[in-house]
Amino acid sequence: MTFSPELEAKLEKLMNSYPPGRKKSALIPMLMFTQDEVGSITPELVEEVARRIGIPTVQVDEVVTYYSMLHRKPMGKHHVQVCTNISCLLWDGDELYEHACKKLGIGHKEVTADGEFSLEEVECMGACSWAPAIQVNYDFHHHVTKEKLDEIIDSLKKLR
Amino acid sequence: MLFNAPSPLEVKILTRRLGLPNSASIETNLANGGYKSFEKSLEMTQDQIIQEVKDSNLRGRGGAGFPTGMKWGFLPRQSPKPKYIVVNADESEPGTCKDRVLIENDPHLLIEGCLIAAQAVGAKAGYIYVRGEYRYLIDILDKAIGEAYSRGYLGKNILGRGVDFDLYTHTGAGAYECGEESALLESLEGKRGQPRIRPPFPAVAGLYQCPTVLNNVETYCAVPSIIEMGGKAWAGLGIPKAGGTKLTCLTGHVNKTGVYELPLGFPVEKMINEVGGGIRGGKKMKAFIPGGSSCPVLTGEEAWPLTMDYDSMAKAGTMLGSGGVIIMDETTDMVKAALRIMHFYAHESCGWCIPCREGTAWLKKLLTRLNQGVGTAKDVDLVGDLADNMLGKTFCPLGDAAALPTASIVRKFRHEFEAKLARTLIAVPDMANKPFVIV
Amino acid sequence: MADLVNLTINGRAIQAPAGTLVIDAAKKAGIEIPAFCYYEGYSLQAACRMCLVEVEKMPKLQAACTLPVGEGMVVRTESAPVVKTRKSMLEFLLANHPLDCPVCDKGGECELQDMSFRYGVGESRFTEMKHHVDEKQWSPVVFYDGPRCILCYRCVRVCNEGMGVGALGIINRGEQSLITPNAEDHLDCDECGMCIDICPVGALTSGTYRYRTRPWEMKHVGSICAFCSDGCKTTLGVRGHEIIRGNNRDRSGINGEFLCMKGRYAFDFIEHPARLTSPLMKVNGKFEEVSWSKALEAAAKKFAEVKSRGGKFGIAGSTKTTNEENFYLQKFAREGLGTNNIDHHRSGDVVALVDALDGRADALAAMADVYTMTASLVIGSDLAQEHPLIAFQLRANNRHHHGNTYAVTKGPVREDKYAAASVRCEEGKELEAVEGLREQLSKEKELLVVFGDAIKGEAVGKLVAFGDSLGIPVKYICLVDYSNSRGAMDMGLLPDLGPGYVPVDNPGMTLPEMMAARDLDVLWVVGANPLARHELGSSGAFVVAQEMFLTETAKRADIVLPASAAYEKSGTVTNVTGECQKLHAAGRTMGTKPDLEILGLIAKGMGLNLGIWSSSNVFEEIRKSVRGYNIPLPIIATGQAAQTNPLSGRVRVTPRPDLIQSAGNTLFTSGSLGRYSKKLTSVLEHPGQLYRP
Repeated sequence: MTFSPELEAKLEKLMNSYPPGRKKSALIPMLMFTQDEVGSITPELVEEVARRIGIPTVQVDEVVTYYSMLHRKPMGKHHVQVCTNISCLLWDGDELYEHACKKLGIGHKEVTADGEFSLEEVECMGACSWAPAIQVNYDFHHHVTKEKLDEIIDSLKKLR
Repeated sequence: MLFNAPSPLEVKILTRRLGLPNSASIETNLANGGYKSFEKSLEMTQDQIIQEVKDSNLRGRGGAGFPTGMKWGFLPRQSPKPKYIVVNADESEPGTCKDRVLIENDPHLLIEGCLIAAQAVGAKAGYIYVRGEYRYLIDILDKAIGEAYSRGYLGKNILGRGVDFDLYTHTGAGAYECGEESALLESLEGKRGQPRIRPPFPAVAGLYQCPTVLNNVETYCAVPSIIEMGGKAWAGLGIPKAGGTKLTCLTGHVNKTGVYELPLGFPVEKMINEVGGGIRGGKKMKAFIPGGSSCPVLTGEEAWPLTMDYDSMAKAGTMLGSGGVIIMDETTDMVKAALRIMHFYAHESCGWCIPCREGTAWLKKLLTRLNQGVGTAKDVDLVGDLADNMLGKTFCPLGDAAALPTASIVRKFRHEFEAKLARTLIAVPDMANKPFVIV
Repeated sequence: MADLVNLTINGRAIQAPAGTLVIDAAKKAGIEIPAFCYYEGYSLQAACRMCLVEVEKMPKLQAACTLPVGEGMVVRTESAPVVKTRKSMLEFLLANHPLDCPVCDKGGECELQDMSFRYGVGESRFTEMKHHVDEKQWSPVVFYDGPRCILCYRCVRVCNEGMGVGALGIINRGEQSLITPNAEDHLDCDECGMCIDICPVGALTSGTYRYRTRPWEMKHVGSICAFCSDGCKTTLGVRGHEIIRGNNRDRSGINGEFLCMKGRYAFDFIEHPARLTSPLMKVNGKFEEVSWSKALEAAAKKFAEVKSRGGKFGIAGSTKTTNEENFYLQKFAREGLGTNNIDHHRSGDVVALVDALDGRADALAAMADVYTMTASLVIGSDLAQEHPLIAFQLRANNRHHHGNTYAVTKGPVREDKYAAASVRCEEGKELEAVEGLREQLSKEKELLVVFGDAIKGEAVGKLVAFGDSLGIPVKYICLVDYSNSRGAMDMGLLPDLGPGYVPVDNPGMTLPEMMAARDLDVLWVVGANPLARHELGSSGAFVVAQEMFLTETAKRADIVLPASAAYEKSGTVTNVTGECQKLHAAGRTMGTKPDLEILGLIAKGMGLNLGIWSSSNVFEEIRKSVRGYNIPLPIIATGQAAQTNPLSGRVRVTPRPDLIQSAGNTLFTSGSLGRYSKKLTSVLEHPGQLYRP
């Protein structure tokens, strides 16, 4: 597999970040960065990463299935992650999540038919003092109300 | 950017540059005293640096509260293997969002802290393990690291003083368990984030089985001010046995939620009513968690007279933890809270050991049922019993983290469980109990 | 020896070397601390928490499997908090467990059952939905039932650390954690089944055994594997006369916990539909089933007739029949028929090694040396394929003692992963390559040299000279192919050497010479298949074959006598390192007879007196008369391995490297016999692709 020149440069820098003989350290960042470009951890990507790092694919599978941000199925272009953990729950994060389900018409780890949106009820994302919080891909949104959530989703829809 | 308005009651040591224009840039940093402590440390011996840290009574800010100076002192002086600095920026403890504030606003403070730690133990390389969700912080850190390299604060022959130190960022991919230091090291080595058998501790056999200093972001960020002020003066900011200030995240039902830098020993009452502007809607505080959802829960009455420090919290049967204060007012459904907390630990259990893997999953199912009002008083006893069977028996602290809040909620708010059961006339459990979706 | 530490366990004063784990120290003192994940010799996990014990002055219960003994330590392994903890661990384990013990293969042999029984967890408080995943087939022989799995990771470790394969991993996390195979949904591995053996519960089950019987319905017969020459003990589970299972039940053999696919599954050749169960005689060019008495009488009559007219016999012995049968056969040839025309398929030049070592008995290595010697040199063999036990022991040596391994081979070998040096060389250039390692090797404290058929004839002498020149103690293993290849030589199935490598006066014909001879009157083949490799030159030769199957040789025979398999008879065999072990009859196939009985009955028919043909009588004769076989009977009788040693001086023979040719078997092939194991062939026929759902 080949990646974009930007990603290749990033991966090269990554591989040089670890001492000699410790290439395996690059595994998780490499999966994260390539997933961002490929869309999900496909079997081909697993093979490619295993080849680049020089480990059996089973060791890649072990890691892919362990970390919650690595997905083997593609998520939507805009991956909406709603935190319902305790600090967000206290600010009705659970209702916000229910609202998001209705708004997008999908459930946990599901993708809209057009592939634009996916939804995930996530664990604490480190925005507890500004609850309830959501992340769309890597972007944080704080103090999210139902109205604000609608606005965010509607503005993303307009981006098409 | 600032996340919340500062409070006049704050003692701004670590956060003093927060709010300055372009506070993340090296220009702002240098113009406001940045890297001065590192330069000072270059004139000090390793023992002197470690002694200052010991004098400061700085205790690990990640949650466990282990004395930092002592931890650094455990590294072998002479080692045929390289030594490493590893930063735990896997901030995942529910209720905690302080490291994010520090990195976003003053990444150079963290870099400076790492440099001083490297000086103290003779490390030549360091890794900042940032949780996957904080991708934008990696960009901020990478930019800052680039600036530090170009100004000669990182790389070979730093400031012409013959010191080498390389610093890298490393992203996680979503696993609370990686906040546990040995699991973080496994993850940094490209493996499943499962904890290691300890001893040996990271100070002896850490990253790549080499001696490693592993601390929380805030701990490293405290070091420059310790070197600047001197350990004893820094200790004087707090109370005996617990020096300095602590970043405190006020979350839940207070009016002014936010991250505040408060000296250790700060009264809970003042923190909630003055810093936090009181309980939302003028209601009563039903429950209080001092430092992230892993801590035993206190009732409002228990919490009001306490002070925010290690000993006071320990005496009250809980922990200062990570500084993630969770405040629940009288409207809070404690059964639902217990369920949500257990849902989290069941989701994050790595599965390595039996009591945590099976215990968290069982408790999640049981609490789901009880939250629906389905069950008997025996089931409420069972919650406490299962938590007790996990407590102190798991491979790593995650089991305790799941058991402690659960056991305390059942003990202190048992009537809420019973009330729910009593309200339900026809018990039809939702047997779906869907497993977590893996995609 | 390490310093001794004093500690107290359950009130008993105990001494243990510093560094010993509490669980091991307790075991040594006869105190069992239960554990699922702990397994001696593999990396520590501390995952099952069953071994938590109370240690004075420690605030929490401690895992005995990772806690080293300490001076003055006071340990309690059965106190109330410890027992309560164990019960609670079992309650946790059984929560999601399917509790399908009534149909589970492991029922009766299950460690989880035993623990539940011991700690009396008869009732569960778990009333939620159990987490379920469907059972999966990973290979023709390995099945995985996730819900039964307790995640002790023994299988992952034995595959990775023990076998050097690493075909198993762990996927998902928390409650959903599962063991996973390496090739997406199936295994690409040795199919050794070690993962099944080591599984404490019924999560990993065997394709040959699953759902066929209960363990208590079988009798368990420890015998020696019928395939390669490593001499592994396999415990055959027998119900009635049927062998249902092969495994490593008590780990009492020289193989310890090891067993490969052949020893574990390939016993199925004995019930192959093509198995011969009646004597055959050729009538008008076609085989007809005849009675044993008729067939034996015909063979005896023919032999007597040819002998009386001074005709020419050729006798091919077997590398799989017992020492007793081989000894009796050569005695039959030499004393009964008056010929030295006796040989077998030679796969390694043991004769040249015996000659070169010139009586230095301590230079012949035992299997235990593979595990203990500080350095090993492997020449011209892919051990993981051809000698899996030796390969396993070398890996264990490296893992436990940091033993250095050097590999000089044609292609890549598994030893490369951990070898101190790996050298690739063309066939015939091995000695030069070994010479290149001189500097490194001479720095070792001692050396074990393991060589295959690449080193034969004069090269063996040169190799021994090289070993002598290193100035360190050197031991040798000359690799041979089959279960009793070594015994065939030791027992004198050679035209020029009698039992114990004693030269004979009038050397007879070698196997190729017999096959080429145009005037051979009788070719008598006992458990061998020379016609698979040779043409029979003498078109008029009368061929008698003792065989289990209608092989190329048997097809040409005039009389075929159906023989019992190694798993159906008693006797002894000698492995590649000269260890003599006893076979125990496990199964029985109606219509067949052990070769020894066939030999005895033919001798009787000819009126010869060659002694009583019971294996114990012949073995006594061997002990008395064969050099190096005066071994203690109790060792043999109790199922252990007795070291034989055939050396007493030089053996004056003409080097014949041309006669030595290893079959180069793999893990899934084994000469003619391997073709009749459906399990072996099923793996070969469907490499990798078979078990895609």
